[in-house]
Amino acid sequence: MSHVTAAVRTPLVTGGKTYADVTEDISKQVEGNPTREWTIAFTIAVVVLIYGAACVFWTWWEGLGVWGLNKTVGWAWDITNFVWWVGIGHAGTLISAILLLFRQKWRTAVNRAAEAMTIFAVLCAASFIMMHAGRPWVAYWCLPLPNTLGSLWVNFKSPLVWDVFAISTYFTVSLVFWYMGLIPDLATIRDRAKSKVSRYIYGAFSLGWNGSAKTWARYEYMSLILAGLSTPLVLSVHTIVSMDFATSVIPGWHTTIFPPYFVAGAIFSGFAMVQNLVLIIRVVFKLEDYITLEHIESMNKVITLTGSIVGVAYLTEFFIAWYSGVEFEGYAFINRATGPYWWAYWAMMTCNVITPQLFWSRAIRRSIVWTFVLSVIVNIGMWFERFVIIVTSLHRDYLPSSWAMFHPTLFDISDYIFSFGFFFTLFLLFSKFLPVVNMAEVKTIIKSSSEILPASVSGVAKGERVTNPTFNKDVE
Amino acid sequence: MSDVHGSSKFLVGIFDDDDVVLKAVKEVRNSGVRIQEVYSPFPIHGLDIALGHPRSRLGIAAFLFGLSGTLTALALTFYTEGFDWPMIVGGKDSYSPVIYVPVIFELTVLFCALGMVGTFIVSNGMGPTVKPLMYDLRTTDNKFAMAIDLSKNNIGESDIEQILKKSGAAEVNVKQF
Repeated sequence: MSHVTAAVRTPLVTGGKTYADVTEDISKQVEGNPTREWTIAFTIAVVVLIYGAACVFWTWWEGLGVWGLNKTVGWAWDITNFVWWVGIGHAGTLISAILLLFRQKWRTAVNRAAEAMTIFAVLCAASFIMMHAGRPWVAYWCLPLPNTLGSLWVNFKSPLVWDVFAISTYFTVSLVFWYMGLIPDLATIRDRAKSKVSRYIYGAFSLGWNGSAKTWARYEYMSLILAGLSTPLVLSVHTIVSMDFATSVIPGWHTTIFPPYFVAGAIFSGFAMVQNLVLIIRVVFKLEDYITLEHIESMNKVITLTGSIVGVAYLTEFFIAWYSGVEFEGYAFINRATGPYWWAYWAMMTCNVITPQLFWSRAIRRSIVWTFVLSVIVNIGMWFERFVIIVTSLHRDYLPSSWAMFHPTLFDISDYIFSFGFFFTLFLLFSKFLPVVNMAEVKTIIKSSSEILPASVSGVAKGERVTNPTFNKDVE
Repeated sequence: MSDVHGSSKFLVGIFDDDDVVLKAVKEVRNSGVRIQEVYSPFPIHGLDIALGHPRSRLGIAAFLFGLSGTLTALALTFYTEGFDWPMIVGGKDSYSPVIYVPVIFELTVLFCALGMVGTFIVSNGMGPTVKPLMYDLRTTDNKFAMAIDLSKNNIGESDIEQILKKSGAAEVNVKQF
């Protein structure tokens, strides 16, 4: 037969699944009533969202004075949160685009949830951009639109305007990529739907998909081009975000290492968040046969790699600050490690550089508990990284007379909490109403990556299954 | 659906496996039977070639849409900053394409992606109100269907049924649209 399974590869789909099993296992959480766990989680998320939204409303109503910002520290939690959420988004595109181009089959089980995470994380990031601007009702001023103020246009030389283009393009392309990936699965749900309403809704969103060979050929071609487009997009978005800082003259920001360092950090934190989400999903939706230890280990390897790159970047920053001979730059880094915000710096170093190195141990890399805990630690560390870059660089101006400290207020904290409510509300709605694993893609790898081959492949009678001898020595 | 016009009678061969259906396509075509289309729950590599479908030209559409994005960005930045409201920031020229690379790149990608996806949807005759013509609802689950339009074949119905069964069809159904 045309499918060959490499002996060195461990199975990505366990439990001897057939194509029908894949459909059944993944569709059932969409078709069934919400589970108790889902209802509790959703209620908590909505309560947090309502509280957070009220605080965001008050921030806009009163003005940004309700935050702990001052004349020296003009950016703090707002931009920290923005960069953190944008970074989290990157893993989704990386999994769906870069790993598709690299023909990494393990991406198929986790790409849907990761892409959803990307979309919702970018929305959270955008909410902080709207918040920090203070007047969201004039947010359209960021766009190059003809206006009534005369021939006044946006400044295309500004990285902040580049950001507008980068984030909006990234969001749009990610949304389109995610939606196009959903269409075949939506058609599956449509064709299984029992109620008229769900048949109508899933029918409308599946755009009349019929799965013909011609459509599939075009679909694959389109997916490949979208992946090719998204790959540089991933790199460009965080590169441009880093330029918001790097093109300034603030010591600690004005460094050429920022673009690759930010991209690596984004993938690092994004994968950590994917780990947290898929570890919950696989248990709650009983998807252990699809999201296996192989998937978790593969993602942990990416976390180890990107975490190490981030560690090298921290050390490089320090070295260059000394090597450049610029006293302001040198002071900025000494101040980060030993100044008033030393605790944030060392929290960052511990969470991002030291603890992820535990993943070099295979036992830890394949442990669910360790993975979950270390992923949470990475996300905390990456938030501190952005906080350290932003606040510790700003709080010491060139003029000692303007030196100041930043202290978060209730609204700084509540507006951050809002983003969690927003994110988890959207993610829980996604996990209830859409298939969390890409059924069509998982079916494509059943033969080459499953521990049991469907009967028709092995040439035995219909209905029987034969264990793939590669993975089951007993058969041999 | 764009590939079916008027009322036709179809023989639909249902297959359980993607490798079998791929092999069957070659055998059925070699028997002189003209296949309307094959439907599957996931993409089967080489199926479009086996069916004799021409290579997709989506890549050309993507390139042209991307080019239109590049030109739009160049025109936008040139008009606004080079002509309508020149600004000199940090001693840089008011218009220098190098400064606008991020904007040009982003608009190229945006136009390319949206244009290509739009082309994909239009070329497949897809849309929210489109009711698909499904030969068998199981083709979005675990079955593979080969549809043969009897009005477009000179071979008799029972002969085609035999050919389908011989090439591995688990069942053969008649559908009238």
